[in-house]
Amino acid sequence: MTDVTFVILTVAAILFTVRLCVGPTLADRVIALNGIVLAGMGAIATQAVATDNGDFLPALVAIALVGPISTGMIARYLERNRE
Amino acid sequence: MIGKLVMLVGALLVLLAAIGVIRFDDVFARMHALAKGSTLGVVLLLAGAAISLHHANDTTSLVLAAVIQLLASPPASNLLSRATYLAEHIPRRLDVTDEGRGTDAGDS
Repeated sequence: MTDVTFVILTVAAILFTVRLCVGPTLADRVIALNGIVLAGMGAIATQAVATDNGDFLPALVAIALVGPISTGMIARYLERNRE
Repeated sequence: MIGKLVMLVGALLVLLAAIGVIRFDDVFARMHALAKGSTLGVVLLLAGAAISLHHANDTTSLVLAAVIQLLASPPASNLLSRATYLAEHIPRRLDVTDEGRGTDAGDS
């Protein structure tokens, strides 16, 4: 069942990559990159279950901290760039 | 077993968010798809992994990551949508209510 989860997450990451390439505005690319980060977080959790080895889970906590902060910083950049 | 099933449901929600990000034709609709679908999807994935793993160290790491994700992701999406509303010149549609117009966020 973890193999199916891996395949679904891979398809989701590919779809996010398509939006990252074609996205018309900068916000589209930001949310596509955010989605790729989320798919990677899911892949790390799935790998921990598939191998019954949780060595990579602290990296998951670090990614969960960094992802929304980077989105907020890009939002501040967009807002500063207005005038 | 039940944990892996919960993880599968979470991965399907992430896939639904990806399909929404591909197929919606408005910036804010795409943000809506990602912010709602994938937050719940990732939290379900982490909860399923926390059910499946048995060491207390792994479980606390997963629960901490899920709590951080649940607390920090919606404000980040809100900031990004506000900045997009201010920065990009989104065409104003006549058939919807533009609640940002006239307020601090809308007088651009």
